[in-house]
Amino acid sequence: MGSYILRRLVGSALVMLAVAALVFFMIRLVPGDPVAAMLADAGSEEAREALTRKLGLDQPLVVQFWKWFTGLLQGDLGVSIFGNNQPVSTILLEALPRTMSLAFLSFVIALVIAIPAGILSATRRNTATDATVSLFAFLGLSMPDFWLAILLIIVFAANLQWLPAIGYVPLSEGLWPWLSHLILPSIAIGTGFSAIIARMIRSSMLEVLRADYMRTAASKGLPMRVQMLRHAFPNALIPVVTVIGIAFALLISGAVVVENVFAIKGLGRVLIQGIQNRDYPVVQGAVLVVSAFFVLSNLVVDLLYAVIDPRIRYS
Amino acid sequence: MTLLDIENLTIKLRKHGVEATLVESLSYEVEAGETLAIVGESGSGKSLSSLAVMGLLAEDLHITSGSIRFDGVDLLELPSEEMRKRRGRDISMVFQEPMTSLNPVRTIGSQITESIEENMGLSGAEARARAVALLQEVGVSDAEQRMRQYPHHFSGGMRQRVMIAIALAAEPKLIIADEPTTALDVTIQAQILDLMARICRDHGTALILITHNLGVVARYARRVNVMYGGRIVESGLARALYYAPRHPYTQGLLRSVPRLDRPRSEPLEPIAGNPVDPFARITGCRFHPRCPHAQAVCTTTVPAFDGQVACHFPLSDETREAS
Repeated sequence: MGSYILRRLVGSALVMLAVAALVFFMIRLVPGDPVAAMLADAGSEEAREALTRKLGLDQPLVVQFWKWFTGLLQGDLGVSIFGNNQPVSTILLEALPRTMSLAFLSFVIALVIAIPAGILSATRRNTATDATVSLFAFLGLSMPDFWLAILLIIVFAANLQWLPAIGYVPLSEGLWPWLSHLILPSIAIGTGFSAIIARMIRSSMLEVLRADYMRTAASKGLPMRVQMLRHAFPNALIPVVTVIGIAFALLISGAVVVENVFAIKGLGRVLIQGIQNRDYPVVQGAVLVVSAFFVLSNLVVDLLYAVIDPRIRYS
Repeated sequence: MTLLDIENLTIKLRKHGVEATLVESLSYEVEAGETLAIVGESGSGKSLSSLAVMGLLAEDLHITSGSIRFDGVDLLELPSEEMRKRRGRDISMVFQEPMTSLNPVRTIGSQITESIEENMGLSGAEARARAVALLQEVGVSDAEQRMRQYPHHFSGGMRQRVMIAIALAAEPKLIIADEPTTALDVTIQAQILDLMARICRDHGTALILITHNLGVVARYARRVNVMYGGRIVESGLARALYYAPRHPYTQGLLRSVPRLDRPRSEPLEPIAGNPVDPFARITGCRFHPRCPHAQAVCTTTVPAFDGQVACHFPLSDETREAS
């Protein structure tokens, strides 16, 4: 098990290095550059050249890449072109807790809604309960998260004034201030995911309910609740965990848009501003973090399989 | 004493507006502690009628008439919660597919103990101790250690032993074994059947042994019901049926399995035709399209069951050899 995790981590590191290299070149394919973004039309030709030289952008691409890549291997992500030479790692470390909080809470909301909804609609298939769950699932799937975000702000922040509309407060300043700023954006992101996961759980449960071992469970005279929770659900969870893992990583991309609506300076906002300013080091660093999210959540999913399904063992 | 008394049971399939009768006017009894075999090919209704006893029929199957009296109580009249409490406690079941009948993600121990806890009110260490004793009784060695293992650590025969332990968990009065050895190796089949016979004898448990192999029946069951097309076509003592079948279908079943008391050169004879299609409208005796003795009356009139055989021209000692 330990050696398996180690091997996977080494593999993950290689994947991330490849992603880093890819992003380095791709961001430079985007029309425009930091110098143009900074000086706009104001700067003279000399000023332009001076700045280009100062940023090291006049050097051959390979040399630039080598500098950045060797820095990366030493844990140095470079400095932001725009943020007064602020280290990229500082910017990311500031943004990360916000996005993590948001992703975590969205994830919890999605699961809290999806698990009971999925189980209920499977066990009461073709009833009013099932139809209601399906209706809300399709509704949840069809609503774009930014639209839902704006709707939530209008209703709960502007009209009812129950919750703050924008901003972020760190957890260190208290649970409620932290939570109250995150509830609306988390609902905006989590709703769509809860719909996907609920549908997955429903179809997976329906599959499992037909299994021979469910008939055995029934023949023991177990109450329906025990049959569902102890026998059906753990089996139904196996295929769903894959989707949940991918969903968790996708929550980060969901956060990119929703963070902007709620003016939360998380990873998404850092990324978007970085792209707008052609702030190469910031974009490279941010994408690296997002890819780390994907790779790690994949690893967690694979490890979870072994927890849920005793037939799967890693060595 | 009569333990199970099924009377006039009819089960119909309703799906997409089509209706088919899968079990028709079925009546039979099981005495406390006795072993009854029900024999028939696929689609004869033998499994369905036993699932009906358990109250575990699929949603699209309906019991349209009849009664299933167990210990004097009509199970069909019971509220579903009452019926649930009888499952596992009074009646339990061993299924055909040991490979898929156990939950793959739960330990063997938990799958036995939960039945003990649910049906006997034991808990924790007591339930565990009983589960270990049950595993030992059904011939699983290293029971303590095996409790912690999962189904995929067990072979098919071992899994069926576990299923028997589960069925036995709460000392039911009746165990229904639905083709318990069909999916197993031939060498294991006899072991499992011997085990079931011994356990039912030791515990005084009645057993309904469902099978399509008339050959195995004589050794384990006292009485046999032969079913065809949802009806009983012949019923009697296993020995009598084995040596002197009266229904042509029973004879066909016997001739299609190898026997040690027949010359080896004698070829096996399959029963001609296909198992009855429940959607097809067959008038008269349901077996007549496949029957070598069928005559005009067989195609028009359903033969009545006289307690022994349902046939217009039952075989006698002379006709049996000639056919």
